[in-house]
Amino acid sequence: MYSRTYKTIVAAPPLLWVGLFLLLPYTLMFAHSFWAVQDGTLVHHWNLANYQKLFTNPLYAGVLFRTMRIAASVTLCSLLLGYPLAYYLSFHSGTRKELLYQLVIVPLWVSYLVRGYAWKTILGSDGVLNGFLQYFHFTHAPVGFLLYSPFAVVLMLTHIYTPFVFLPIYASIEHIPRSLVEASQDLGAGPAPTFFRVILPLSMPGLLAGATFAFVLSLGDFLAPLLVGGSSGTMIANIVQTLFGASYDWPLGAAISVCILVITLSLLFLTERLEKRWSFK
Amino acid sequence: MRGTSPTRRAPLLAIYATLVFAFIYLPIVVLILYSFNRDGVGGFPPRQLTLDWYRQLFADGPLWDSVLNSLLVACGAVALSLALGLLAALALDRASFPGKALFRRLVLLPLILPGIITGLSLLMFVVFAGMQLSLLTVFLGHGTALISVATTEIFAGLQKLDRAQEEASLDLGATPWRTFWRITLPNLRLSLIAAGLLIFTLSMDEIAVTFFLLGRDNTLPLEIWARLRRGITPEINAISTLIFAVSVALIIVWYRIRMRSVGSGAQQLLERP
Repeated sequence: MYSRTYKTIVAAPPLLWVGLFLLLPYTLMFAHSFWAVQDGTLVHHWNLANYQKLFTNPLYAGVLFRTMRIAASVTLCSLLLGYPLAYYLSFHSGTRKELLYQLVIVPLWVSYLVRGYAWKTILGSDGVLNGFLQYFHFTHAPVGFLLYSPFAVVLMLTHIYTPFVFLPIYASIEHIPRSLVEASQDLGAGPAPTFFRVILPLSMPGLLAGATFAFVLSLGDFLAPLLVGGSSGTMIANIVQTLFGASYDWPLGAAISVCILVITLSLLFLTERLEKRWSFK
Repeated sequence: MRGTSPTRRAPLLAIYATLVFAFIYLPIVVLILYSFNRDGVGGFPPRQLTLDWYRQLFADGPLWDSVLNSLLVACGAVALSLALGLLAALALDRASFPGKALFRRLVLLPLILPGIITGLSLLMFVVFAGMQLSLLTVFLGHGTALISVATTEIFAGLQKLDRAQEEASLDLGATPWRTFWRITLPNLRLSLIAAGLLIFTLSMDEIAVTFFLLGRDNTLPLEIWARLRRGITPEINAISTLIFAVSVALIIVWYRIRMRSVGSGAQQLLERP
């Protein structure tokens, strides 16, 4: 129905643009990771030294490990908050369902920075939480460990990603045919077996999608550590950012970025596979 | 009978859900509350309500310059990503070409990847091309990264489009060009507006990509970011409260349009990150 000219006119500009402004930059990053810096300037000597440094220097491995742990904690916490919320909304919220759904959506589009900043004012040693604790005489001196710790990073990122995790889970629970749940109950299964053998497996695609999203975006976050993480909450993306700024070692920074990219893409590939296996036809 | 069948009372679950809501909203409430607190951020309880911080905010020249910069970038990004996203969605819907699967993945990549990866790649490209960092590079970054959002939204709209109308138009002798302007585009109107609002909001709030592409002129989030490093004042609470209010207003408009156009495209977008 559409002519050859139509197809060409439609496809050519985005193809060219994406090639020039996405494919080329990503390729450049890949190329940089095999280059080197000599006397403060970038030289195009192809080598593997950056990757060698990355895998042999325990500093990088340590921070990468901590980053994975933080990202995993964020994912787990968001699931623990988001899944029951989705389950509640889908099965038990009755007529208020639509309103409650909107209430979860609203913070999703509210500024990342605004929400991060809010946590900073709450957790600080002169912050709202410490003021609250002292006002009610729970403590006499401000509690210092709240801000500038991995805990604060996990808290802030969990707050940001819980609605993200909620959405796909809610969508997949909503798509479960209610007849299946009823059948399970009619056949004598209690609430727990019905949940674990019917609802949970059928909501797996949504759960996986949400978990991937939370994990991947936490993995590459450098703003939360800068805002509330302090030096003990430094994550891998902070190292990349320093390498591109003050330390001026773009090739090494690019090599770490490529690592983040590879972890991200393999995870996406894996969950896409898993989702297909679990999806209900 | 969706959502009603196993409805027994679940008081524990209801309490848990309430707590999750409290967790989600508490920081935002605290933020807004302390923007009216005379004694600054922190301390409990907030006493002596005042509008001083808002007065200070409205007299703050550099901050409003950054708002203007952000508006410029956001409007540019909306125009660029809508134009390219529309074409990309049409191409994905109607054309077949070698590398189509790769193209689809590539377009959506900035949506899935952490912002730092896209930001740094573009920085390397900008340096490689010998360009100066400025608001122009920020605009290029936003516009390119947000093609992903535009494509997803418009593609969802295209899926709902009635092809028969276009066929009728072509059969009755209208040129493809005329058919596009008179049939295709008007039918996609709501998707385009919804996508535009979403892109605008996302661009106004973008930090990770902007961080690496910024020249001398700050955008609003980066201006706030720079001030945060110097210490916190309720003036930041005040501007954050205003941003929150504007975001909520835009979301409500966006949602209304969304409900009328394609239903659950936003969920589709998030279901498959």
